[in-house]
Amino acid sequence: MNPSNQHDEKKPFPWHLVFFLGPGLLIYVVFSVYPLLDTLVLSLYNEQQGQSHFVGLQNFITLITDDTWSQAFWNALGNNFTFFAIHMLVQNPIGLILAVLLSTPKLRLSGTYRTLIFMPTMLSVVIIGFVWQLLLSPIWGISEDFLYTIGLGQYFDAWLGKESSALITLAFISVWQFVGIPMMLIYATLLNIPDDIVDASVVDGANSLQTFWHIKLPLILPTIAMVSILTFVANFNAFELIYAVKGALAGPDFSTDLMGTFFYRTFFGFQLQQGSASMGAAVATLMFLIILVGVMLFLFFIQRRIQRFQF
Amino acid sequence: MFNVRYASLKTRTATKTPTKAVSKLTCLAAILMSSTSAVQAASSLSIESWRSDDANIWSDVIIPAFNKSHPDTQINFAPTPPTEYNSALQAKLKAGSAGDLITCRPFDTALDLYKDGYLANLNDLEGLKQFSDVAKSAWITDDGKDQFCMPVASVIHGFVYNKEIFKELNLSVPKTRDEFFKTLDTIKSESRYTPLAMGTADQWEAATMGFQNIGPNHWKGEEGRKALLTGEAALTDSAYVDTFKELAQWKPYLGRGFEAQKYSDSQNLFTLGRAAIYPAGSWDIQTFNNQADFEFGAFPPPVAKAGDTCYISDHTDMGIGINANSKNKEAAKVFLNWMASKEFATLYANEVPGFFPLSDHQIDIKDPVAQEFMSWRQQCESTIRNSYQILSRGTPNLENQLWNVSAQVINGTMTPEAAAKEVQDGLAQWYKPQQ
Repeated sequence: MNPSNQHDEKKPFPWHLVFFLGPGLLIYVVFSVYPLLDTLVLSLYNEQQGQSHFVGLQNFITLITDDTWSQAFWNALGNNFTFFAIHMLVQNPIGLILAVLLSTPKLRLSGTYRTLIFMPTMLSVVIIGFVWQLLLSPIWGISEDFLYTIGLGQYFDAWLGKESSALITLAFISVWQFVGIPMMLIYATLLNIPDDIVDASVVDGANSLQTFWHIKLPLILPTIAMVSILTFVANFNAFELIYAVKGALAGPDFSTDLMGTFFYRTFFGFQLQQGSASMGAAVATLMFLIILVGVMLFLFFIQRRIQRFQF
Repeated sequence: MFNVRYASLKTRTATKTPTKAVSKLTCLAAILMSSTSAVQAASSLSIESWRSDDANIWSDVIIPAFNKSHPDTQINFAPTPPTEYNSALQAKLKAGSAGDLITCRPFDTALDLYKDGYLANLNDLEGLKQFSDVAKSAWITDDGKDQFCMPVASVIHGFVYNKEIFKELNLSVPKTRDEFFKTLDTIKSESRYTPLAMGTADQWEAATMGFQNIGPNHWKGEEGRKALLTGEAALTDSAYVDTFKELAQWKPYLGRGFEAQKYSDSQNLFTLGRAAIYPAGSWDIQTFNNQADFEFGAFPPPVAKAGDTCYISDHTDMGIGINANSKNKEAAKVFLNWMASKEFATLYANEVPGFFPLSDHQIDIKDPVAQEFMSWRQQCESTIRNSYQILSRGTPNLENQLWNVSAQVINGTMTPEAAAKEVQDGLAQWYKPQQ
């Protein structure tokens, strides 16, 4: 026996850790870490006629410098930022307001509202896409009649089909679907704020608005930050809604093309376009890097400065 | 290809469950049968196909008909769902477990299989004599030397119209472009019907039912298509710009909000009797037979002036080939030769209206609209979609570009000239003869 084993004798190897962590770790490695690494490696290869050979960063260079590729790439990335911006400016503020309203003690039927608002989040994106296409359809949809009833009929248009409005409309549909998530998270945090802090502020003479701005908002900021990061990651991985409503060609004229649909077309091909696994992997890698950089920037510059309170 | 599959999927949503159950049963039955009969039967063949919708037609009609004349060959029709077909087939071929007969997608998908050595050469197949060169062009090597699949079926483009609305407005079927637009004008000004039932939301309709439908009359069918391949013609030529110009003229006759109108919306608009004319693919016939309760007819894409030769898009969509590693090649050849016969053509055309046999036999189709579509082959020159052979091999992809620009031209967000220039530039980026 060597010295290190003698040391082990005193402190036996923690087999129970392996036992408890092992299965989870194994699944994580096999289904998450390995595919991710394999994608990164694949993006450095070029596949032709079943033969793959190492090409270094060539795929990325093509993606960024070649006119055909780069135009599609920057367009998708730009659209993705618009998509994200709309979510940040619309979804999260509305989620916050809804959460605050729900947590007002005087509100009756708050459980019902909570369920109803959260309901779309639980539905399949395909259903959401289908339902909204019907609602907004210029042929069968009810939105035109509805707008006429409230006197705004002349503003109706085939929003999902116009280049100028298709992406915004899709973003709003997505906001409608997912607004329940920020609402629920913020609502849960609001419920956790101890009553005595709020009571103390009232005793000190703060009105309800002041209580919100100076007591509640600082306490829910970490949650809002977390919601933002979740939105960021989800938006840059978004694909299903666009695919369900506009198809993989993300028309009209690629105005609704996101990184997800761009990746889909590249990797799997579309109609007569043959898919390219290595080029697709390059797009996927860039998506990963964009999300990684976004999350890191956020962690370094925002998350660290947020003060946390413990009750 | 996709369009057709999409259409047939749509058609069958109502009857999905029973068909699925049936096809599962037939598959099971076929597997049982093939395993028990392998001992007695001289040979047994298995067919790979994406037409799972037709599984019961094969097992109930086509295979029994074949067995009447060839009782000692067992046939097993083993379809895979359309969306999984290409990849599933590839995997099976690699593993050596694919069937003896392979249903071929047109052009590059099948060509790649042949190049990889999975499909047998069919040059000396007797049955091939029954097919025209256009029909065979979808499954031949680029140099035109080797045939690797035998043509089975095609789809034809044209316009379907509501006969009752035409009667009500005293309209006759338009033969020339001027008449066509006059008809559209009359429908628009004298009735509340939508003149043309088409939308641009799905994009492919604009290209397939629009550009590829009316285009062959402009670029003179095969002549123009071949000239594009050799580089003698360019997509910026007047034939193509004129096609886009004609497409742009459709805009005022489409339904309100057509930019957001999907393929199924257009079908419904027509079958509900709210639209007069529908730019169609022949596969729509089945849907319309099931859903429309009025009489409808069809007319070919109108020509420039009366008496001009007409050209139709008679697009080769399905072929069949032999697995190069099959143990029953001789039996497979016998079956293919039978598929080239008049008997098969008649059976197929009548069981699956809208999919037309590609062989040169004169056959009787009972469905009147399908018959009408089929009759154009006699009056007009056939061609196929010009983006399918070779021209969609590179990046950017011509077919996808056509979808995009055709939809934009109809939407009015792109001029015909700009559209032609964009597709030509795209093609010139990678296709040598066009540089």
